[in-house]
Amino acid sequence: MQLLTLLTPKNMSNFDSVVVGGGLIGASIAYGLARSGQRVAMFDEVDNAIRAARGNFGLIWVQGKGANNPYYATWTRQSAKQWPDFSRELKELTGIDLAFEQNGGFDFCLNEVEFADRQIIMEKMTVDSDDEFNYEMLNNSQLKQVLPNIGPAVIGASFSKWDGHVNPLYLLKALHKAFKQLGGKLYINPITDLQHQGKAFQVSTATTNYACEKVILAAGFSNKTLAPKVGLNVPVYPQRGEILVTEKVKPFLHHPTGYVRQTQDGGLLLGDSHEDVGFDEGTNINEIQQIAKRAITIFPYLDSVKIIRAWSSLRILTRDGLPIYDHSESCPGAYALSSHSGVTLAAVHALDVASCIAKGDSLSPSLTCFSAKRFDV
Amino acid sequence: MRVQKDLNVATALLEAGISNFRETTIKNENRGPYCMMGVCFDCLINIDGMDNQQSCMVKVSDGMKINRQITRNTSQDEQ
Repeated sequence: MQLLTLLTPKNMSNFDSVVVGGGLIGASIAYGLARSGQRVAMFDEVDNAIRAARGNFGLIWVQGKGANNPYYATWTRQSAKQWPDFSRELKELTGIDLAFEQNGGFDFCLNEVEFADRQIIMEKMTVDSDDEFNYEMLNNSQLKQVLPNIGPAVIGASFSKWDGHVNPLYLLKALHKAFKQLGGKLYINPITDLQHQGKAFQVSTATTNYACEKVILAAGFSNKTLAPKVGLNVPVYPQRGEILVTEKVKPFLHHPTGYVRQTQDGGLLLGDSHEDVGFDEGTNINEIQQIAKRAITIFPYLDSVKIIRAWSSLRILTRDGLPIYDHSESCPGAYALSSHSGVTLAAVHALDVASCIAKGDSLSPSLTCFSAKRFDV
Repeated sequence: MRVQKDLNVATALLEAGISNFRETTIKNENRGPYCMMGVCFDCLINIDGMDNQQSCMVKVSDGMKINRQITRNTSQDEQ
């Protein structure tokens, strides 16, 4: 009976795995699966989709993440540790230089209370990690030694050598290129249906059915509608963040920071905001002013630097800010993944999560705590 | 130079055979207009003493002074 269901009038294609979503999470997983020897199809949409992968800051950030959840902190550090090799691997395979740097990052404190609170959080993260995580608290004069342009109103900062940054657009480009080089097939077409059929799955677009043994949902907000078809739940909501982009100036900032980073071409990215505006992808002048004012407080030199554009993007967030990693119990072979840290976690997604899925296993036990079941009351 | 009065600066310069509008910040490579519609920021040039003017979006005017844009130093260099 199942054989008859698969033989539909539409064209047929068979894959080991289908990844729905070609953003940073989808492309990392798809690349990792292809790297593990699977025949993989990745589905992506076009610019009318939300496209969070193209709207981030490019940080590989460890400090502060998982302050209240040591498992997330450990997972984040695991990815940060693998990033140098991951970047090298992608460059060797594709020729694309990701402009990856991991020489430590600063998170600025603009008042004394913030500085005191930050130190408590950093200390907790160090203890929780059995001293694997480390940090320094720097006051203004100590900051001036490393960042000569620092403004006088900056009380201090937390510095961690775990932090880095990368060109996120080159990362996405390299993942797509590497995926195709390893035989992966990319289809630009929205998924219209997803069915569990015995031990296999049928993924459909408007024109074609695709059969596969495994399906991985990494489709951002579209996960919400696709996940229930395979017995999963991905409760996510949008949170808007805005970024200002400056003209290119001679490099003066050689470390990433939480609010300002200079790219390899000399332009500066200024952030950030956290706005509850539904799916509105516009910008807000008040938020832009706040971002600009804060950037000038941190580096007064920026007062004379021109802004050339502003844009916003929607973070895909869970209620607790932690990722979702799930393997379906009712439809084994179906997975759902969601995170708003697709850049930082790209290494573990491509290397650890993908190889786990390729081996046919459930996800690693260290990821069980990130199942969406935690949201069931 | 004398140009047709309704041109944008980028077109005026290109028609006069000038395509090297500025140097890039890091590698000092030559750049000129690309999109001609105000979204690529490649046509940036110094107009009347001000850097980073999008020449494809600025109309020519009498007495306008246009100079090739070179990279400014940061305040750190000036210290």
